[in-house]
Amino acid sequence: MAHARSVEGDLERDLHTEHQILNMGPSHPATHGTVKFLIELDGETIVDLDIQVGYLHRGFEKECESGTWYQAIPYTDRLNYNSAILANLGYCMAVEKLLALETPERCQWLRTMAGELARLADHLTRCGAACLELAAMTPFLYGIEARELTWDLCEALCGARVTSNYVRIGGVKHDMPAGFPAVARGFIGRIRELLRDYDSVVTQNRLFVDRLKGTGVISKDDLLRYAVTGPILRAAGVPLDLRKDQPYLKYAEVDFDVPVGTIGDNYDRYLVCVEEMHQSLRIVEQCLVALERIGPGPVNVDDPRVRWPAKGRVFNKMEELIQQFKAVTEGPMVPAGEAYQAIESANGELGFYVVSDGSAQPWKVRCRPPSLINLQPMPMMLRGAMLADLIPTFDFINMIGGECDR
Amino acid sequence: MEDFGSVALRKLLDALPDAVVATHAQHGDATAVVAPGRAVEVLRFLRDAAGLDFDMLSDLCAADYLGYPDRDGPRFEVVYHLLSTKHLHRVRVKAGVPEVPAQIDSAVEVWPAANWMEREVFDLYGIRFRNHPDLRRLLLYEEFEGHPLRKDYPKERRQPLVGPRN
Repeated sequence: MAHARSVEGDLERDLHTEHQILNMGPSHPATHGTVKFLIELDGETIVDLDIQVGYLHRGFEKECESGTWYQAIPYTDRLNYNSAILANLGYCMAVEKLLALETPERCQWLRTMAGELARLADHLTRCGAACLELAAMTPFLYGIEARELTWDLCEALCGARVTSNYVRIGGVKHDMPAGFPAVARGFIGRIRELLRDYDSVVTQNRLFVDRLKGTGVISKDDLLRYAVTGPILRAAGVPLDLRKDQPYLKYAEVDFDVPVGTIGDNYDRYLVCVEEMHQSLRIVEQCLVALERIGPGPVNVDDPRVRWPAKGRVFNKMEELIQQFKAVTEGPMVPAGEAYQAIESANGELGFYVVSDGSAQPWKVRCRPPSLINLQPMPMMLRGAMLADLIPTFDFINMIGGECDR
Repeated sequence: MEDFGSVALRKLLDALPDAVVATHAQHGDATAVVAPGRAVEVLRFLRDAAGLDFDMLSDLCAADYLGYPDRDGPRFEVVYHLLSTKHLHRVRVKAGVPEVPAQIDSAVEVWPAANWMEREVFDLYGIRFRNHPDLRRLLLYEEFEGHPLRKDYPKERRQPLVGPRN
C-alpha cells in the first residue's frame, strides 16, 4: 500500500524541466511566409517568442527612390503578391494626392472591382493555406480552385494572374475586355459554390474548430495599442474598416457589410475572413452593374502631366511628339510635397507616405505594411499557449513576406 | 465648419505652444512639426486629450533630406501618423533629427506599436531611439555595414559575405 501511494505521489509531482529554445523557420513547411521564430519552450508550452523578419528584404523603398514615379508600380506588385492590385492602388492614390488628380468615374469603378478581386484572392489563400497547414488537404484545394478563378478574372482584366501592374497614376492600364461581365458572373457563381463546399467541410469540422477556438486570443485594447488593423481587429469586435469609415473610390456607393467577431480568437478571424469574401463578391457584382450602366468612357485622367497624348496626335503634331518623348524618357514630374494615403487592404491598413522634391524621381516612398505591424503582437497571443497553436495563429495573421520585409 | 485636423492642431497649439514649430495641412493632411525633444510629450497629449483620442499609431517612419532642394533644417525627420479610431481622423507629427547626434526619444511607452517601427528606422536610417527597450536591427542582419535608406548610401554598395552563425 505504502509503495502504491508513493507512485501516485510521483505522478502528481511537478516535473518541470529546463526550458529549451526551438528554432522554427525561416523556411518551415507549416508556415506560409519566410520568417524565423525563436521559441522558448517549457515542454510544449510557449514561454516566450522572438520573431525575426527580413528574409525577403529587397530594398523596396531604396529602389523606388532610384527610378521614376511610374517605375515604382511594378515593385508594389511584389509586396503582397496575393493582392497585388491593392498595393498598386495604394501607391497610385498617394501619388495622385500629391498631383491633386481626380480619376474618372469608370476608372474608379474598375479600381473598386479589381481591388475586391484581389482581396478575395488574398482571403482565399489565407483560409485555404490555414487548412493545409493544419493538415487538411481537401479544403485547401477548394480554396485554391476559387483563387485560380479569381486570378483568371484578374488575367482577363490586366493580362497577368499575380503581378498585375494594373493601376496607373491617374487611371488604370485599360478598360475591361468585351464580355467580361458575363464571364465574371459565371465565375462568381462557381466561386460561391466552392465557398459552400469549403464551408461544409471546414466550418463545423471538429478537428478544425478545436485547433482554432480559443487560440491566439488578444484583447482589442492591446490590438489598438499595437496598431493592428484588418480582419484581426474586426474579429475582436472593432468595426474599423477604411472602406466604410474613410470611403475612397466607390465604396460609399456600394452596399456591403463589415463583419465583426466577438472574442478575437482564430475562429473569429476565420469567420470574419469567410464573410468578407462573400461581401467582396457582392461588391464585384455591384461594380459590374455600375460599369454596364455608365457605359464606355475614359478610364484615365486627361492630364498631360501623367498620361501620354493620343497616338494620332503624336505622329502629326510637334508639341505632342515632344510631350510623348519627355513622358517616356523622364516620366511625370510630381509637385514638391508630402502625402499619406491609406487604403483597406486584405490585411488591414496599407498606407503609402510619399515625398516629392518636384522632380521625376520619388524622394521617398514609405509603405506602411500591415503584414509587419500585425505580426508584432504575436508573442502576446501565444505566451502560455501550446506550440501547436502557433500554426493557426500565424496563418490568420497572414504575414506575407514580400510586404512584411519589403 | 472647421475640420477635425485643424481642431486637433489648434488644441495642440493651445496646450503646448512652445513644442510646436509649425503646422500645415498640405493635401488635407493635418501636420504638426514639433521640437524633437518634445515629440513624445506631444504624442502623449494627442493620445490622451479629451475630444482628440488619437489611440493608434498608424505608422512611424523617417525621411532623409540630405540634398533636398532649398531646404535648411535638420537632415532627418521622424514622421508619426496617428489615427483616432473613435473620430476616424488622422494627424501627422514630424520631428526634425540632426545628423549628429542622430537620436530622438522612443515612443514605445506611448504606443508599444512603435517598437518594431523604431527598430526599422534605426536599421535603415541609423537614427537611435533613447529608452527603446530592444533597439536591434529589424530587417537587415547584424553584420550589415551602414544604413541603406540614407541618401549617401549608394544602392550598388556591396556588403561583406557573412558565413553561418551558430
